[in-house]
Order: sequence, then C-alpha cells, then structure tokens
Amino acid sequence: MVSPEVLIKAHDLTKKFGNLTAVDHIDFEVFKGECVGFLGPNGAGKTTTVRMIYCFLPLTEGELSVAGMSVTEQSREIKSMVGVAPQEDNLDPDFTVIKNLLVYARYFDIPKAEASKRATEQLNFFQLREKQSVLISELSTGMKRRLILARALISEPQILLLDEPTTGLDPQARHLVWDEVRALRKRGVTIIITTHYMDEAAALCDRVLIMDNGKIIEQGVPAELVKKHVGEDVLEIDNDEKLMQTLKKEFPDAHFETFGDRIHVFTSQPHGVFENFLEKFPTKNVTIRNANLEDVFLKLTGRRLRD
Amino acid sequence: MKTIRVNFLPSLLEPILYLFALGLGLGGFVQPIEGVPYINFIAPALISISIMYGSFFECTYASFVRMYFQKTFDAIIATPVSVEEVIAGELVWGATRATINSTTVLAVVAAFGLISSPLFLLVPLLAFLGGLLFSSIAMCFTALAPNIDFFNYPSFLLITPMFLLSGTFFPLSVLPPPVQTAAQVFLPLTHVVNLTRGLILGRIETILLLSIVWIAIVTPIFFVLSINLMKKRLIR
Repeated sequence: MVSPEVLIKAHDLTKKFGNLTAVDHIDFEVFKGECVGFLGPNGAGKTTTVRMIYCFLPLTEGELSVAGMSVTEQSREIKSMVGVAPQEDNLDPDFTVIKNLLVYARYFDIPKAEASKRATEQLNFFQLREKQSVLISELSTGMKRRLILARALISEPQILLLDEPTTGLDPQARHLVWDEVRALRKRGVTIIITTHYMDEAAALCDRVLIMDNGKIIEQGVPAELVKKHVGEDVLEIDNDEKLMQTLKKEFPDAHFETFGDRIHVFTSQPHGVFENFLEKFPTKNVTIRNANLEDVFLKLTGRRLRD
Repeated sequence: MKTIRVNFLPSLLEPILYLFALGLGLGGFVQPIEGVPYINFIAPALISISIMYGSFFECTYASFVRMYFQKTFDAIIATPVSVEEVIAGELVWGATRATINSTTVLAVVAAFGLISSPLFLLVPLLAFLGGLLFSSIAMCFTALAPNIDFFNYPSFLLITPMFLLSGTFFPLSVLPPPVQTAAQVFLPLTHVVNLTRGLILGRIETILLLSIVWIAIVTPIFFVLSINLMKKRLIR
C-alpha cells in the first residue's frame, strides 16, 4: 500500500513566533499511502507543523513541499489536494449538518450536484445521515468530530491531516473514529495524524515521528521503536529500596525507570522471566505488561506524553 | 425566514418611527431647511444612517463572532480560498447588507411621499459603495479588537457622533466653520448624506463632486488596510 513516492518533504523546517521556536529545524518525509503519526505532548510543535503543511501558517525557515509544490509558492494548489480536520470545532453554527458540507464543497469549486452526492456519501459513511437537517448545536461532541472528518473528505483529498482527532471523545467514539481512519487507509489515502495518545499512534500509524519541544527526537515503526528503546515487557512494582536491590541483582541487563512511587523494569528477555521472579519473590501491586510508545517517550525525554 | 424577519424588520420599523417622531412631530415646529420641510430634510439622512449601521455592525460584531468564537475564517482558509478572499467577501457582504437595509428604508421614504427626483434609483448603488466604505473601516476595528466589548469604542466615539453631526438632523452650516471642516474631512457619513440628499431631492450641485471624490479615495485605502490588518491577525 505504501509506495516509495515522497508526498511531503520537509527540510530544516522552522517556525518561530517572536522569541518562541515552536518547530525547530526538523526534517521528515511522508510517503504516498502511509499513515504517519506525529506523537508528542502538548506544545511539542505537532499542530504547528501540520498547519504549515496545509499552508495556513507561513514557515520561518527551511523548506516544505507537498507533492513537489512549495507551500510558500503554490498554496492554493496544495490546499485543493489536502483535507484538514482541525483540533478545534470550527463548524458553522448557522448551518445544518448537510449545509456545512455543501458550503465547504463550494470552496473547492465542486459543482452543486457532485457536492450533494458526495455529502450524502460522507454522511452515510460517518453515520450522520439521519442528522443531516439538524443544527450543529444539537450534535454531541462525537458527532461533531465525525462531521469535521466528513467535511475534511468532501474534496476527496489525496492527503488527510487529522489534528488530535480523538481528544475529548469517550472510548466508544474514539474507536468509531479509529475504524473510520482504518477504512480510509484501505482506500489508499495518505494520512497524517497528530496525537498525544500513544495507543492511537500504535493502533493507526505505519510510522511515528516523536516530537518534543519542536524537535523530532525519534522516528520509525512503532513496534520497532519500542523494541529498540525499551524492550518488550515491563514490570511495574512499588518503589522500595530493598526491592530495587533485589531487582537489580536478578535483572542485571534490564533497564530501570523510577517514576513517582513505582519502578518500571524493562527487558527484552523471553517472556516469563518476570513471572519467574514473582514466584521467587511474591509482591503486591505488581503489573506485567507490554512495553509501549509511552515508555519510549519516557526514556527519551524523562517525561510523560500527557501532563 | 425567521432570520430574515429578525434581521430586516428593524430597518423597516426604525425609519417609520423617526419619520413620525422627528419628521412630523418635531418637524411641525421647525422651519424649512435649505428650502425643504424638515421631514424631507431628514429622510435622506435616515437612508444614509441605515447604510452606516448595516455595514458597520455587520463587519464588527458579526465578523468578530465569526473570527473569534466560531473560527469560521480558519475553516475557510484551510480550503483553496485565501485569507484575502475571505475578508473581501466579508466586506462585500457588509456592503450588500447595507444595500438591502437602505432599500427597505428607501421604500418607506417613498411610501411617505418624500422622494422628489427620479435620481433616487441611484441610491442602491450609492448604498453599496457607502457600505463598502463603512465595512472597510469596521473591519479595521475588528482586526484590532482584543474582545467583543472593544467595539463600544467606535460605537460611541465614531458612530454616534456621526449619527448626530454629519448634517443628518440639522445642516452643517449652523456649526462653527472649523467643526464643519472637521466633519467633512473626518466623518464618512457627511459625504454619504450629502450624496443621498442630492439624489432624493434632485439637487445635483458641483459640491457633491467633493463627496464622490472623498469616498472614491478613502474606500480603497481602508479596503486594503482592513485586509492587511485581518491577515496579520489570522495568520501569524
């Protein structure tokens, strides 16, 4: 599904707001057909980067091109091929659900009949059909978010930019959105997602670019990044001096992180090694789990993805 | 339909009230001004005022709500439409709204039998241009407004003085000459009123050329300025 063709290319991309450097000389590529995640805490520069891709914010330094076109010179052409689902709700409260889609379609010069057809398709896909004549204020947050997604797709874009698509949604709505993103991936749409949820990045993305303080601190396939940095299994146990000594003796090659009142022990040794330990030293308040991207971020920065 | 009623009903009722209260009520005690009865003198002013209100309040309060609360402009700028086009669209809508409002007032004025010349047919055109002028000035305030209460400043310091002192309800000639000059240099409504009065009363004097030129010069300046200021506000 992923072709070697580079669709988005950034070199030395920088964005400064006065004294604040929000995006700090980053390089990245996005290939056609991939789903790429920009993963990082709030303030990492993810949304700013995405806003430069759809030509909303001018860049301060560096180069950024989409489908070979420069964001500075050919913004209108780029905007015609990109669909944006922003983080905030900027649906028009003066219009009904379907009118929001039809008006948006006009901005892309889509003829009325075609727009009508596409709007109906999108409403069906996102299960909003019976709400089509309802005003925005009467929709739940989850429905509004789905409408924003539907609106982003009305122009049948080659590239879809999703900025924090499931922030603030309940688990059921989140999974609905994830299913929809997976369906779009199957259709071959190139997707960029920004998120601070590591499970979202791991579930949806072919590749992940981890951002912090405006820089890309690591990038790669989620599973490989986890294996590379923190191993496969994690043992979480209460922080206790004696326990720590025992653990260090039993697992001399393991990586340790102390966070608050818990110790995390990471290992790439075969499964079962933690279970054996617990048989020898039974302890309360113990969790054994798979390592994930949150652990990677913690190791690389010393902080959590969510504050 | 509901929105149309609530938005355009005021421009129907207000002139009727003013024509009765000031035109017939007060006018009974007032001598003819510049050769016409008081009610004929103020009728064009009411049309001009609706041009000013229609465009100014649309491009301040309504545009601010769209920009700041609804983030509508951000949504549109993510499409192939540019920020300049979005703002120009807002300005043209302000002018259109002014034209619609003032045409309603024009109809009321006609119903009262206060039109003295076929030139009144040019009033909608003047309304559009005047509307563009006031929209552009308004949009500059919107670009600079930190919050919605900010619009109290231009409302009380600009619009209300213009409402009273632009040759609307009494001729400028009773004011001291320096104040007259100030009104003609700084108050846009003065020129819109002059031209409207000329068209409604059928009095085309060369002095009106000054008003046309004033509007023709000031409008493009504020048009461009407002777009640049909004651009700075929306895109950092």
